[in-house]
Amino acid sequence: MDKFYILLMAFISIVVVNNLVFTKFLGICPYLGVSGRIDMAFGMGMAVTFVITLAGSLTWLIDHMVLVPLHLEITRYVCYILVIAGAVQLVEMYLRKFFPPLYESFGIFLPLITTNCAILGLCLFLNVWGIDNFAEAAVLSFGAGIGFTLAICIMAGIREQLNFSDVPECLRGAPITLITAGLLTLAFMGFAGMIK
Amino acid sequence: MAANTMTAKGALVGGLWTEVPVLRLILGMCPTLAVTAAVKPALTMGLSVLFVLICSNIVVSLMRDLLKPHLRILMFTLTIATFVTIADLFLRAFTPQMSEVLGPYVPLIIVNCIIIARAESCASKNGIFVSAVDAISMGIGFTIVLCILASIRELLATGTIFDIPIMWKSFVPWAAMRLPVGAFITLGLMLGFVNLLTAKKS
Repeated sequence: MDKFYILLMAFISIVVVNNLVFTKFLGICPYLGVSGRIDMAFGMGMAVTFVITLAGSLTWLIDHMVLVPLHLEITRYVCYILVIAGAVQLVEMYLRKFFPPLYESFGIFLPLITTNCAILGLCLFLNVWGIDNFAEAAVLSFGAGIGFTLAICIMAGIREQLNFSDVPECLRGAPITLITAGLLTLAFMGFAGMIK
Repeated sequence: MAANTMTAKGALVGGLWTEVPVLRLILGMCPTLAVTAAVKPALTMGLSVLFVLICSNIVVSLMRDLLKPHLRILMFTLTIATFVTIADLFLRAFTPQMSEVLGPYVPLIIVNCIIIARAESCASKNGIFVSAVDAISMGIGFTIVLCILASIRELLATGTIFDIPIMWKSFVPWAAMRLPVGAFITLGLMLGFVNLLTAKKS
């Protein structure tokens, strides 16, 4: 029971309290780039969730089973990038085969998941935070993906409405999106005291 | 960037004004937002990016004829990861404090879109000299934008720049500028300001 409680708290913490987009500024590029329409945002969120879960768990395993025992920490970044690139390639092949329209609409943003900082960032944080059991690492990676999906979907919802509002000429597009994101972070700061 | 070849002069002007990475192309947002709470980390970050950008652009430019199309992103990221590891170890050895402040954002240079974008759109198509000039001007443009953003935030959040008090005595620090909110909104307004400037000129 205790163990389940810890995992649940870890999940809630990474989804709302320590949301990667709002508190760590990770994954901002796709967050601004793909959040124009809610269906695309959701698809992107799901793709990122899959890759981040796979990459987070795998890099944790590689880190603890191979790199640390062999004292090869120096090759950490190179290894992480290889794992992430492989996972993205998998998603790309899967989408092209089974969901061609979604694949078309992603365009360049799909291979760019490789360079999504949220994913590499999470892999690095798993080490910085010193997570020492695999279940926690897996739950945190999955939760990070859900948190990203949540953030990008909220943003897409707001931006669909923004299209109809009267924004000053010079603030159209990216600037107003950034300002909106700022206000959203402010809202998410309200969760900060929830879990110690 | 319609033509495949660029001139050194074009690359210089591009990085410093017409295509300033953060403001014009909306690339490299994560470090821009994360490390600009104060000027010092912003400057360190800018210089690290400059170093990695120059090295990776030169290497990519040297091996551009060997690249296979479907493997190029992987090759780019591996090249960049190598140089970032060097920069990270360097920072950890010589300025451990700064390395702690920047934390995971130094390794995150690997996935900085600016570097990959430059490797893709410039270094993989141009000779070594043009690539190097392009890297230098892009890197300096990035550093300048980072420093401007950081100065605004640090000034409003603590009333100091480089830890030297500047504002008058009765100035009330505006703590929100240190937080993510300040980063997003300041950058949003900066982008709006640049849009305003360029709209008037054209």
